Amino acid sequence: MKDFQFHRPSSVAEAVALLKARPDAKLLSGGQSLIPVLKLDLAEPSDLISLAGIGELRDIRVDGDRIVIGALVTHDAVHRSPEVQQHIPALATLAGTIGDAQVRNRGTLGGSVAHADPAADYPAALLALGATIATDRRKIAADDFFTGLFETALERDEVVVAVHFPIPKRAAYAKFSHRASKYALVGVMVVDTGHNVRVAVTGAGPKVFRHANIEGILERDFAVDALAAASTPPDELNGDLEASAEYRAHLITVMARRAVQACL
Amino acid sequence: MAITLRVNRQAHTVDCAPNTLLVDVLREKLRLTGTHVGCDTSQCGACTVHVDGRSVKSCTMLAVEAADAEITTIEGLASSADGSSGRSGLADGGNLHPMQAAFQECHGLQCGFCTPGMVMSATDLCRRNPKPTEHEVRHWLEGNLCRCTGYHNIVKAVLAGAEAMGGKAK
Amino acid sequence: MSAQGFGASVRRKEDRRFLLGKGQYTDDITLPHQSYAVFVRSPHAHANLGAIDAAKAKAVPGVLAVLTGADVAAAGLGGIPCGWAVKSKDGSSMVEPPHPALAQGAVRHVGDPVAMVIADSKTAARAAAALVDVDYQVQPVAASITAATAADAPLVWPDAKGNVCFDWHLGDPASTDAAFAKAKHVVEIELTNSRVAPNAMEPRAAIGHYDAANDHTTLYTTSQNPHLIRLLMGAFTLKVPEHKLRVVAPDVGGGFGSKIYHYAEELLVAWASRVVGRPVKWTSDRMEAFVSDAHGRDHISKAQLALDANGKFLGLRVATLANIGAYLSTFAPAIPTYLYATLLSGPYDFPAIYAEVKAIFTHTVAVDAYRGAGRPEATYLLERLVDKAARQLGIDRIELRRKNLIRTDQFPYQTQVALAYDIGNYQATLDMALASIDHAGYDKRKQATEAKGKLRGFGISTYIEACGIAPSALVGALGARAGLYEAATVRVHPTGSVSVFTGTHSHGQGHETTFAQIISEKLGVPVENVEVVHGDTDRIPFGMGTYGSRSAAVGGSAIVKAIDKIVEKGKKIAAHLLEASAADVEFVDGKYRVVGTDRAKAFGEVAFAAYVPHNYPIETVEPGLEENAFYDPKNFTFPGGTHLVEVEVDPETGVVEIAEVAIADDVGVVINPMIVDGQAHGGLAQGIGQALLEEAVYDADGQLVNGSYLNYVMPRAADLPFFKVGNHVTACTHNPLGIKGVGETGAIGVPPAVINAVIDALAPLGVTDISMPATPEKVWRAIQAAKKGA
Repeated sequence: MKDFQFHRPSSVAEAVALLKARPDAKLLSGGQSLIPVLKLDLAEPSDLISLAGIGELRDIRVDGDRIVIGALVTHDAVHRSPEVQQHIPALATLAGTIGDAQVRNRGTLGGSVAHADPAADYPAALLALGATIATDRRKIAADDFFTGLFETALERDEVVVAVHFPIPKRAAYAKFSHRASKYALVGVMVVDTGHNVRVAVTGAGPKVFRHANIEGILERDFAVDALAAASTPPDELNGDLEASAEYRAHLITVMARRAVQACL
Repeated sequence: MAITLRVNRQAHTVDCAPNTLLVDVLREKLRLTGTHVGCDTSQCGACTVHVDGRSVKSCTMLAVEAADAEITTIEGLASSADGSSGRSGLADGGNLHPMQAAFQECHGLQCGFCTPGMVMSATDLCRRNPKPTEHEVRHWLEGNLCRCTGYHNIVKAVLAGAEAMGGKAK
Repeated sequence: MSAQGFGASVRRKEDRRFLLGKGQYTDDITLPHQSYAVFVRSPHAHANLGAIDAAKAKAVPGVLAVLTGADVAAAGLGGIPCGWAVKSKDGSSMVEPPHPALAQGAVRHVGDPVAMVIADSKTAARAAAALVDVDYQVQPVAASITAATAADAPLVWPDAKGNVCFDWHLGDPASTDAAFAKAKHVVEIELTNSRVAPNAMEPRAAIGHYDAANDHTTLYTTSQNPHLIRLLMGAFTLKVPEHKLRVVAPDVGGGFGSKIYHYAEELLVAWASRVVGRPVKWTSDRMEAFVSDAHGRDHISKAQLALDANGKFLGLRVATLANIGAYLSTFAPAIPTYLYATLLSGPYDFPAIYAEVKAIFTHTVAVDAYRGAGRPEATYLLERLVDKAARQLGIDRIELRRKNLIRTDQFPYQTQVALAYDIGNYQATLDMALASIDHAGYDKRKQATEAKGKLRGFGISTYIEACGIAPSALVGALGARAGLYEAATVRVHPTGSVSVFTGTHSHGQGHETTFAQIISEKLGVPVENVEVVHGDTDRIPFGMGTYGSRSAAVGGSAIVKAIDKIVEKGKKIAAHLLEASAADVEFVDGKYRVVGTDRAKAFGEVAFAAYVPHNYPIETVEPGLEENAFYDPKNFTFPGGTHLVEVEVDPETGVVEIAEVAIADDVGVVINPMIVDGQAHGGLAQGIGQALLEEAVYDADGQLVNGSYLNYVMPRAADLPFFKVGNHVTACTHNPLGIKGVGETGAIGVPPAVINAVIDALAPLGVTDISMPATPEKVWRAIQAAKKGA
């Protein structure tokens, strides 16, 4: 790991100021993605700005028809949160499948969202639930947020503060884990908002994506058997030692069926 | 930079660069070599310690991040709050933490290398879920690899340890 | 004899230090003034080496030295030797290429060490290693058996035509041809035994310390056999006499074979300590381990089974290609030959067998013994073939095995492939395993599985292994370049407590407890009063180490021999104290007693007299009570048994779950059932790992595609169920303990049971074959292909 300066601001404003002043700085949240990257020298930031001292980012609250979860809330805390379990149980379940127990004890919602790993679980939840990402300066719809492989709509000096999750009518997440890394080989979040159906897929492609074909089918008939007609063209999916694109395409349908089943 | 860490209820001030991992401070500076390193990609869990009571991979945390925290390593587990329990009914219960005693009683270790991480991880589980099922134990241990035991006796040990720590297994 | 003797599950003495975090593994040791080594390793599978420019690396603050193959050559260090020589069919010797500790002229696998950077911190050494500029001239690559045996394949070694290291055979081709000529049925199979990485949880590490004042070298290393390392370093690589070289293998975090071999890094840290004048420590990273530890398995085989009209086996033909990697590791040639082909009779009565094995060089890291070593490969081939025969002939799989198992009245049984099994009861272990898994209730479980929309399969493997290696004369005739006896010293202290010094090494096996139980059983001394010492060439007279499930059978027998000498000497002392004839004194329940009387002396009293010889037969008996013994076994031992597996397959995803595992082994006499069962558990996990999860995959360029825990699938707790483990004992007839050995049974027996179960689950869909590892995608594809074919 290359050397860097370490900072621990006590407010979001201070963190933003540090980011502005240091063009090669990176934010450090739970570190469960960033530190492995640094250990392999795959990134060499000049500065690490830890958000751990900013207490206001640790809240979970219900705000009318949405749950607002602070950026520093750990996966474990989301998994165990009575509010999340009551209003969006699928999100609590999803949080409990991320990585392993130790990762969930450190890793945070904001860190995962900003890192935008194409095989991370949260992006599927944000996209399917139609969440809004609140930053120090604006609100970004999930549909506009995940722009590419490890790429988001965040500006370089922008800090994720919280994520607003609309409470859906029903939702479920089905995940087929990579057997070694425990990342999603294919993760499918199916959400019935009450107005429409939103389906997001993680792990299968270069970034999390909405699945229009499956959404269309489920809009017409929110039933497991309806998905017999579902299909995903494999050409834009990932293929690797663990799973070919063709197999991933197949798993998308299977996981979608299981998610729908869990919704019913 | 100088940082102060509270490890096993003792404060230590160490001089280390910001890019120093917690595990390296524990092993190299404090000579607490019970915390092991078995991989370089944050998978094996041999380095698991408690940070403010929660199991954490000390290879995936900077030492400076732990500056305000209460850290417990395998060396300090027996003297932690639920450590020297006389009610465990297990061999050596007076000196080992009930989870450590359960690992010995159930033959939950062979080469011993993954053991500190396993014990620290299992203790975190059982403090929060006093009556884990076999299924819960197996899934909780996803972040800890063992090559010797086939996990058979580790799972038995965690179930026995949970009971000894006060919960009655389901 | 005592409550802590044979058959008692004494809790392990060694656990306390491990549980308290006080184990001392090599990387836990810090010597004063220690420096750190990091290796520059080839990123290419095959390249000629041009200039190595270390100027930038040497300029990094804290760097002490950058050493290369040229320095190794200039220092006169010996190449890494191979410990086993195999001759080809035509009598020619195997191709034995040079193996310099640091590459000279060319690199031949990804991970081949090119330079060694030594600095006063690991950080500096790492930074400098990244700055060593190596001119690699990339050459064509043959990274698999298939690639290396293709016409015009690139050669790993110019002397090895067709990349063949040796072309060896065993058995009688004429009688085998005759058997096939009269066969009613011939069943054929072609299969691979997948390549796996051993992955002991403790990565390898070594610290070299040269003490110039005394001209003495100490090496701390993660070894299963420190004396063997000292022997090889003394005689071949470092070239210093044994009395100037101490090798310590402290607590070692698992081995599974991978820590048997003499690795270049051991030699290099010892030598480099001399160069830089400071201790030098190296600790492997996990990703480094994947490309530098010897791997296991990696066979491609074709086999034919001849049967008569009733399903009786008549003959077996096997042709195997075995990948041995780019260099010959310490025992590599022995694995696909004397530990493989000799096992091809399995537990069956075979009138004729002929096996041919070609060892193939490839541009991959060496392949050598990994838990089971040759015997899993033999078992997998045989048990897949027997299952296929049963399906093809329409005979029940269990019945076909029963029909062909060696009967108890056939022992000792001479196989057609050199081994002579002394004893066993394969029918008993088969029955025991079937009862344990409740085979009678299988149909009900299958229905329950099907009600969930899944498929259930039952798999069986009846197996044998040869271990407790081995008679030195026999292995010498087979090509071993060392003896394979074991040594022990039993030191009785004046107050009756005991220290045992064993040449075996415990890296998880629990010797500190099991060997103490031997003392307890034989001398009546509580295990608390016994200390077992291992892993240090300065403390232990000699030893060959721990591998091949040999420690209890061979090392334990050496301890018994030493104990026998202690008991005999004690008799003379006791006779003197009791004023009786030694012939009239017996040793029972920890006491020397005049036969037929109540006149007795406790063992402790005799020990005390031996050291405080005030009233002592000083004219005829030396003071002191300490004995050495060497034990060289008369034969291999032959554990065997039946492994049964039930799987559930999700036909939608191809995911295979292990539903049940029940095994019945015959590992001979059991000292500590808890430890013996634990060994079985670990072997089963590794065997199931190979069958379902693990595979070390090289691409065509010789890159290890999954060389980290992010993509090499290690078995986890949630992948496995509780195992049902049973033992049916027939005592080994030729060692004093009756022990056969348990370390490898799980890894040997279970892989074919798993695959046979998967095939059984998929058979109704038309699937007839699946290779290891049976990954979800592979299973799913097999189902899709069968559907299309149907």
